[in-house]
Amino acid sequence: MHRIDCPWCGVRDEAEFQYGGDATVDPAPISTDADNAYRAVYLRCNPMGWHLEWWHHVSGCRRFVKVLRHTASHEIAATGYPGEELEVPQ
Amino acid sequence: MSPAQDLRLPRGGAVDRDRPVTVTFDGRAYRGYEGDTLASLLLANGVRLLGRSFKYHRPRGVLTVGSEEPNALVELRQGARREPNTRATTVEVFDGLTAASQNRFPSLRRDLLAANRLAQRYLMAGFYYKTFMWPAAFWEKVYEKHIRRAAGLGRAAGEADPDHYEHGHAHADVVIAGAGPAGLMAALAAGRSGARVILLEERPWLGGRLCMDQDHLNGKPATRWVADAEVELEGRPNVHILRRTTLTGVYDHTVLCALERVADHLPQPPPGTPRQRLWTVRAKRVVLAAGAFERPLVFDDNDLPGVMLASAVRGYLNRFAVAPGRRFVAATNNDDAYRTALDLAARGLDVAAVLDARDEPGPVAERVRGQGIRVLTGVLLGRGRGGHGLRAVDIVNHRGAVLERIACDCLAVSGGYSPDVSLISQTGLKPEWDEAIAAFVPGEAPPAYRCAGACAGTFDLDDCLQEGLAAGMEAARGSGFRMRGRPEPPAVESRPAAPLQPVWRVPGKGKAFVDFQNDVTVGDIELANREGYQSVEHLKRYTTLGMATDQGKTSNINGLALLAREQQRPIPEVGTTRFRPPAVPVAIGAFAGHRRGRDFAPIRRTAMHRWHEAHGARFVDAGHWLRPSCYPQTGEDVALASQREAAAVRQSVGICDVSTLGKIDVYGTDAGEFLSRIYINGFRKLPVGRVRYGAMLRHDGHLLDDGTTSRLAEDHYFMTTTTANAGRVLAHLEFHAQVAWPELDVAVCSATEQWATMAVAGPNSRRTLQAALPQANLSGEWLPFMGALEFDGGGFPVRVFRVSFSGELAYEVSVPRGYGQPMWERIMKAGAPHAISPYGTEALSVLRIEKGHAAAAELDGRTSAHDIGLGAMFDAQKKDFVGKPLGARPALTDPVRPRMMGLQAVGGGARLRAGAHLVADPGDASVDTSLGWLSSVAYSPHVEAWIALGFVSGGAERLGEILYAVYPLRKETVRVQVCEPCFVDKDGSRLRD
Repeated sequence: MHRIDCPWCGVRDEAEFQYGGDATVDPAPISTDADNAYRAVYLRCNPMGWHLEWWHHVSGCRRFVKVLRHTASHEIAATGYPGEELEVPQ
Repeated sequence: MSPAQDLRLPRGGAVDRDRPVTVTFDGRAYRGYEGDTLASLLLANGVRLLGRSFKYHRPRGVLTVGSEEPNALVELRQGARREPNTRATTVEVFDGLTAASQNRFPSLRRDLLAANRLAQRYLMAGFYYKTFMWPAAFWEKVYEKHIRRAAGLGRAAGEADPDHYEHGHAHADVVIAGAGPAGLMAALAAGRSGARVILLEERPWLGGRLCMDQDHLNGKPATRWVADAEVELEGRPNVHILRRTTLTGVYDHTVLCALERVADHLPQPPPGTPRQRLWTVRAKRVVLAAGAFERPLVFDDNDLPGVMLASAVRGYLNRFAVAPGRRFVAATNNDDAYRTALDLAARGLDVAAVLDARDEPGPVAERVRGQGIRVLTGVLLGRGRGGHGLRAVDIVNHRGAVLERIACDCLAVSGGYSPDVSLISQTGLKPEWDEAIAAFVPGEAPPAYRCAGACAGTFDLDDCLQEGLAAGMEAARGSGFRMRGRPEPPAVESRPAAPLQPVWRVPGKGKAFVDFQNDVTVGDIELANREGYQSVEHLKRYTTLGMATDQGKTSNINGLALLAREQQRPIPEVGTTRFRPPAVPVAIGAFAGHRRGRDFAPIRRTAMHRWHEAHGARFVDAGHWLRPSCYPQTGEDVALASQREAAAVRQSVGICDVSTLGKIDVYGTDAGEFLSRIYINGFRKLPVGRVRYGAMLRHDGHLLDDGTTSRLAEDHYFMTTTTANAGRVLAHLEFHAQVAWPELDVAVCSATEQWATMAVAGPNSRRTLQAALPQANLSGEWLPFMGALEFDGGGFPVRVFRVSFSGELAYEVSVPRGYGQPMWERIMKAGAPHAISPYGTEALSVLRIEKGHAAAAELDGRTSAHDIGLGAMFDAQKKDFVGKPLGARPALTDPVRPRMMGLQAVGGGARLRAGAHLVADPGDASVDTSLGWLSSVAYSPHVEAWIALGFVSGGAERLGEILYAVYPLRKETVRVQVCEPCFVDKDGSRLRD
C-alpha cells in the first residue's frame, strides 16, 4: 500500500486517495482544436519509470496532490501542490 | 479411560503440569497439559497417525514443530466453529478441545481410498490436465463428485462464522518479525533507543529456538536469558509485543500486514473480543528475524509417520517434554542433527544410530560417539519401513546398495536449513543462492529492511545474536533515534561446524516425497521435466509443488534442486518461484473484518427515513443510500402502488424525498465563469434567484451528468446532480477548480448531507406548499417556473426551487437536515385536504419517463449531448467548455447515431423491457439489424399503455414508424411506435402560469 505525503495533511494511506490521472498533459483542453484535445485526452504515455500524476485526497482534504511516482518500484520521490515543479531523480 | 501419556518425560519442558487438559481426537479422549500444542499432546500419548495425504491417502504424522507443517492438518472444533486444515503443530490446546483427522474414509486407520495408491500411476503430475479432457459431461457427474471426496483436505463449517474479526492499525518506528535470538536482540537494542518498537511473534511465547534447544547464554540456560529479555521489553512503554501474531505480508512503502490470533487458543472468544485481528502496520524500519526451515531428506517412503525433522524432535523433547518415539535414528547431511542425538541421549532415550551422508562430520560427532551412540558416515537412508508408522529404516551407501536395516520408530532427519526468504522476497527482491548452506539467502535488502539471524542464512547462535543487535541498532538510527548505550549480547559457547553436503535424492525406485502436503514425488518432478515443464513456474503449476497451504516451506528447495539435477543446471539458474502474500494461510473472515452482512458497506439514510419506515415504504439501494421505492397500501404490489402514486401527482399532489440528489455549493467571484466552462450552457448571466438546467460533458465529449443549478447570490451558486454521479461530479469540479483553472476565484463544497430535500409536485402543489409555508409568497409572480427563493422558516433557512421533474407544477423544498422530517410532516398535513400522497422512486421514474427526462439509464457514459436532444444547445455556444472540442467530433453528432426518442407499445398490453433492441423486421433480429434499444420503460397510467425512452438510429426521422422491441432472453417481441420523448403536456403549459 502506498503512503502518500499530502502537502496539506501529511503522510496518509493510499486508501484515502483516488488516482487522478496523468499530470503531464493539459488538464482541461477546452480552448483548442480537436487534434490537441485528442492528444491530451487519449494519447497518454505509459512509462516504466518516474511518472507525474494526480492523486485526489478524497477521504482527506479533497485536494489534488501532484505525485512523482515510479511505476515499477512504486517509490514516491516527491509530492507537491498542483502548481509545484517536481524534480525527477537522476 | 484416556490413555496415559506414555511418551511424556517425567521432568522438564514448559508445559504446565499443574493444569491438565483433556482433548478429543477422532472421538477419543487424550490427556495433556496447558502449554501443549495438539501435536505435542498427541505425540505424548503415542498418537503418530494424524491424517491421510491429499492424493494417495497415505498415512501421515507430524513432521515439524511449527507453522510450516505440511502433514498434521486437522479439523478443529465443531459446528459453526469447525475449522479445516489447521496445523496441529500450532494449535494450542485447551480443556475440551475437539479435533478430527481429515481426508479419510471411513476412518483414519482403515481408509478405503488408500486404494488410490494402487492407481497412483494415473495420479501423476498433470493428472488434471490429462484426465478430464473428455467426455465433458463426465466432469460434473463423475469426476468432480468423486475426486472432491478422494482428494482434498478438510471440510468447511458450512455455517456462518459466529465469531468476530477486526482490523487493527498501528504505526511503528521499528517492526521486528520473530522473537528468536536475533529478533529478541534487535528488540532489546531498538527498545533502548526510545523508538516505537513492535515485536511480532508467531508463537504464544518468546525465544524461538532458544526455548527448543539446550543452549547456554552467559553460562545459564537460554530460557533464563529469554525470560530476562522479556521482562525488559515488557517494561518499556515504547515496546509493544504481539504474541500469536504472524507477519503475513510485506507491501510497498513498508506497510506490513500481520495476523493476530487473539482467541484461537480459547474455547471461544470472550465477549467483546475478536477471534482474530488483522493488523496493518506502517513502519519506518523493518527487521525480519523469521528464522529458517529445516529440510526433509528425500528417500523412498520418507513420509511415514515417525519421520520427523531433527529440529522438531528436539523441540518436542525440550519444550514439551515429549519423546516422539521410543527408539531413534538421526539421519543428516550436516552437524545439526547430532545435537538432537545428544539431547535425546541426555534424556536417557535410546538412540540407535546417527547416519551422516558425509565422510567427515564436525567435531560434534566425537561427542555423540562419546555417549556410546553409533555414528555411521558416508551412508544414506534407503527406505523407510512400516505400515501406519515407521518401524525401521534401510541404510544404503551412495550407490544405493543396502548395508543394513535398523529398527526405530522415530527418524530425525535433517537436510540442512533454508532461510525463510518469503517475507523479504515480497519486496521484489530476488534471493541469491548460497552454496555453503545450499539454500537461498536474501542478498541485499531494500534500505528499510534488514534480515537478521537464520532468515539471513546465519545459523551460528553467536552470529545470530550479533546480527540481531546490529540490525536493531541500525533500524533505530534509521528511523531517527540515537542509541543510548549498547546492549551487550550474551556470551555463547562457540560451536564450530563442518560444512553441509547436499543430498537431494537417495537412489531408489519407490515413492520419495518432496511436497508432502500436495503429494508431489521425485517421479512427478522428473516427469514434468520430461514433458517440457522446465521453467520452475511451470513445474510448480503442473505438479502443484509448493502450491498447498504450506506454500512449500519445507519442500521448495528440495524441489528446485531436483529439477536442477534433472536439467543438469546449477540451482541458482533454475531460480525460485515468486513469493506472494500471505506467507501463512489467513482466514477470509480476517480479511473481511467487520465488513460482513449488513456492515459490508455503510448505509446512508435521509433525514425522513423514519417517516418512510413508519409509513410502510419499500426501500431500494441507490449507491449507499436507501430510498423509498413506493409506499404500498394493503393488497398492493410495487406496480399498483407506483401507479397510484404517479396518478396522485398528475391529479392532485405528491411528495417525494429527493435528499439523495447531489448538492454542491459553488462560491466565489468567478463561480459563474467556472460553471460556464463546466456546463455546456452559460451560467454567468443567470440572475440571482433563478434556476437553470445544465448538462456537463467529460473531456471526451460524452455526457457526464445533468441537473439544475440556481444562483442564490452574486457569488453563490447551488448545483444539483443525479444521485449516482454526486461524488464523480464533485471530483470533476474540484479538479478543474484546483488544477485546471487555479486563477479562478472559486471554491466548491458538497452540501448533500447538509440539506434535506423534498419534491412537491402536482396541480395542488402550490396550494399545499403555501399552506405549509405561509410566511413565503409562492405566487407565480414571486416564484415563477425556474425561480429560487430563500427565506427564514422560523429560525432556519428554507430554500424553495420551482423546478419540475414530473412535468407538473412542482417545487423542491430544501431545509437543513435536522428540519427535514418536521418539514415533511408539515407539508403532509398541509396537503391532507388535497389527499397528498408520498411517492417513491418507482413513481418518480414513471413520471419522468412520461415527461421524457433523461436519467442514469440514458446517461450511461456513452451518450453525447446530441443523443439526448441537447444538440442545439451545444451547437449554439460560442464559449469554450469542457468537452467541446471532442464533443463536436463527427461521430458524436452523426444523425444516424441512435438518438433518444419516445416509444409506445401498440396493440395489446404486452410489457416493454429495458434492454430490448429495436428492429424493423422481427423475423430478422440481430446485432446487425438493430436500430437501437430501450433504456427506460414504464407502464404509464396517464397514457394507459407501456411507454419507453430509448435510442433510435436516425431519431426524429423515424417519428411515427412502427418498430419491434425484441427481447430474446424471454423470447418477447412487442410492436412499438416511435414518438417524441414526451408523453404528457408537450407544450409545458402545466409548468408555467
